[in-house]
Amino acid sequence: MQHGKYRFIVGFLALPLAIYGVFVISPFIQAIYYSFTDWTGLSPDFKMVGFQNYQRLWDDEVFWKSVGHNVLLLVLPLVTLGLGLFFAFMLNVGGRRRKNAAIAGVRGSSVYKVVYFFPQVLSIAIVALLFQFAYNPNSGALNSFLKAIGLDSVQPDWLGDPQLALWCVMAVMVWCNVGFYVVLFSAGMSSIPKDFYEAALLDGANRVQTFFRITLPLLWDTVQTGWVYMGIMALDAFAVIQIMTVGPGGPDYSTEVLAYYLYTKAFRDGQAGYATTLGVALLIVTMIFAGIVMKLGRRERLEY
Amino acid sequence: MGSTSEFGRRDLIKRAAAIGLIAVPSMSVLSACASGGDSGNSNQVDKGEKSATNPLAINEGAPLDVVIFDGGFGQQYAKDAEAEYGKVFPSSKVSHSATQKIQSTLQPRFNGGTPPDLIDNSGAEQMDMGTLVGKKQLTDLNALLDAPSVDDPKKKVRDTLRPGVVEMGQFDGQETWILYYAYTVYGVWYSKTNLRKLDAQYPETWDEMLAVCEKAKKKGIAGWTYAGKHPYYLPFSLYPFIAKIGGREVLDKIDNLEPNAWKDPAVKSAFEAYYELYKKGYILKGTPGLTHIESQTAWNEGKALFLPNGSWVENESKKTTPKDFQMAVGAPSGLDKSDKLPFGTIWASGGEPFIVPKNAKNPRGGMELLRIMLSKKSSQNFIKQVSSLTSLNGGTEGLTLPPGLASSQEALTKAGQNVVNPRIQDWYVALQKEKIGVAAIGELMAGRATPDEAIAKIQRFADDTAKDASVKKYRHK
Repeated sequence: MQHGKYRFIVGFLALPLAIYGVFVISPFIQAIYYSFTDWTGLSPDFKMVGFQNYQRLWDDEVFWKSVGHNVLLLVLPLVTLGLGLFFAFMLNVGGRRRKNAAIAGVRGSSVYKVVYFFPQVLSIAIVALLFQFAYNPNSGALNSFLKAIGLDSVQPDWLGDPQLALWCVMAVMVWCNVGFYVVLFSAGMSSIPKDFYEAALLDGANRVQTFFRITLPLLWDTVQTGWVYMGIMALDAFAVIQIMTVGPGGPDYSTEVLAYYLYTKAFRDGQAGYATTLGVALLIVTMIFAGIVMKLGRRERLEY
Repeated sequence: MGSTSEFGRRDLIKRAAAIGLIAVPSMSVLSACASGGDSGNSNQVDKGEKSATNPLAINEGAPLDVVIFDGGFGQQYAKDAEAEYGKVFPSSKVSHSATQKIQSTLQPRFNGGTPPDLIDNSGAEQMDMGTLVGKKQLTDLNALLDAPSVDDPKKKVRDTLRPGVVEMGQFDGQETWILYYAYTVYGVWYSKTNLRKLDAQYPETWDEMLAVCEKAKKKGIAGWTYAGKHPYYLPFSLYPFIAKIGGREVLDKIDNLEPNAWKDPAVKSAFEAYYELYKKGYILKGTPGLTHIESQTAWNEGKALFLPNGSWVENESKKTTPKDFQMAVGAPSGLDKSDKLPFGTIWASGGEPFIVPKNAKNPRGGMELLRIMLSKKSSQNFIKQVSSLTSLNGGTEGLTLPPGLASSQEALTKAGQNVVNPRIQDWYVALQKEKIGVAAIGELMAGRATPDEAIAKIQRFADDTAKDASVKKYRHK
């Protein structure tokens, strides 16, 4: 029955592929097409301008700045996943040994698990607003805290300071994403058979060794998915930038990212054609990132 | 069924998932842009019967579709005017909607050729006027301006407006594309009470300004604060200051994007004066990290004396303003006696731009509603509700104005002919807001750029804009 196989598969895939084609692929192609026009976004009348938009992109200082910030934001997955792994390990494996159990989390781990997940429940808009209050240089929580511990002279402008602004944004993104990965990795860890740990402990392995020799390799698939997912989040970063930052996108373009720049061009300046060019650039950056991650992350899959 | 093992189910799913992950965010950005079909003018409703109550000859039965920006002025004033409209044309169904997201709501409708009949195109998501005009998307409002006004049928609507309002709505030719409904006075806002507590008068020269700030500093009060996160509030007092020092031509040259317009000595003196505020520590600590609301609140709390802002601030900060605050607006303090224009020179211009799209179904209805809004009754209703002036000249007789508004009216009277109106704000939004505002003046006032550096930077930005073919250019006539 080999010959019917393809028809069978096609039968099942036709509808989803058609939907995917209409709603995902065709906007892509349309966007690429628009990036060669001078479309304003405010009227259906426009003409082809060839590579003019791309030439402009190449000379656009702000564009290169945004790309730089996006690349810098890729530090985020490293920190977020690192923290996520660490916390998840502590919650599941890192605790003191108790009776009848080879491994256990630190005391109160079930409570922590819930607490870590809290930020994930809050909408990103609320998180950004709350942090905006915390970063307020006059009455915000951070500077009040600094004052309370006697650091009256250290009162940074936080989001108002071009040196600090982007880091402030990153801190918020890490804060609200770590919880999700703690839960994700916890789920992954609980499916690792306990005997592995028992055996390792009998052989005299300490916690660090069990983490690097057992937990991490067996969790690799999950980590890799998390990495891609988090990376894409970092390449976007739109909501936090728009709600929190000076300008937004400032001060002095210090927090400008591609997604926000695209938005201002399309929806403020009436240059939808150029905005789609930026969109194509964002797509390319995303593809490169995904490619690198897939390549680096390829490892032998362990079955257990 | 054949075996599917050679397809590597797991690989397939993994790859599909990865592609999906990439696709989702990129798609959401890209697919926001997609243009609709052709625009046609064929779906416009028929003309109605012209009469004394219906000078624009609107179709009495046709529905009217109105979209209002729901910002600092709210939407009630528009609803009230629509009710008036309903009284005159009872068979016309008015559909009203209000949003803060003007562009994202209306862009698809413009592209699809089905825009509403009247739009208050305002706020952070304002649609770019130059583009709308350039792409012939708007109706010429001269028909409305030449129609008799509601209160005095012998007078045309045009002749009942404040000076400069009609010109602001014109671009290159004689057509009037925009009608600014609100009238905004920009300047240095302060509390008479707080100044009195310091035994000080509103300063008329920069030396006096520095003296008042010094006095305040000794009491632990800052001289100035501003919307540090939106430093494009600073020009509200800075630009008329430049005009006062060097004359109107300096601002006109800046608006015209002329080469070296910013290298004018008047610009340099003004920048240096403002930079002195920073250097002498007269600016409220932490100001560069404050939003407009946060800076207004700090100002209301008496932490700082002066705040560059527009006349909407009275309504916007209503909740945080103490009862005895006595809000007032001052024209920018001058530099010294050699200033070209007298003290009192102030920036005032129309706000809340109303437009009637060209492809609207009922454009005459949209204009008629505007005509009703420009009657004394609706205008006073607006003034009372949101404490801002309207473009209707006068119209304040018999009203008890709140302190800030009363002071705006006084300032306008005092300024007389010396009202300036820098157009860079509506002609070149990107240049004015994010480049000059955030990246140069913001940096200057935070002390991270010297006046010379800021000016050089702005000149470069202005030159870039002048060279940029994708930005439509305007000039003063």
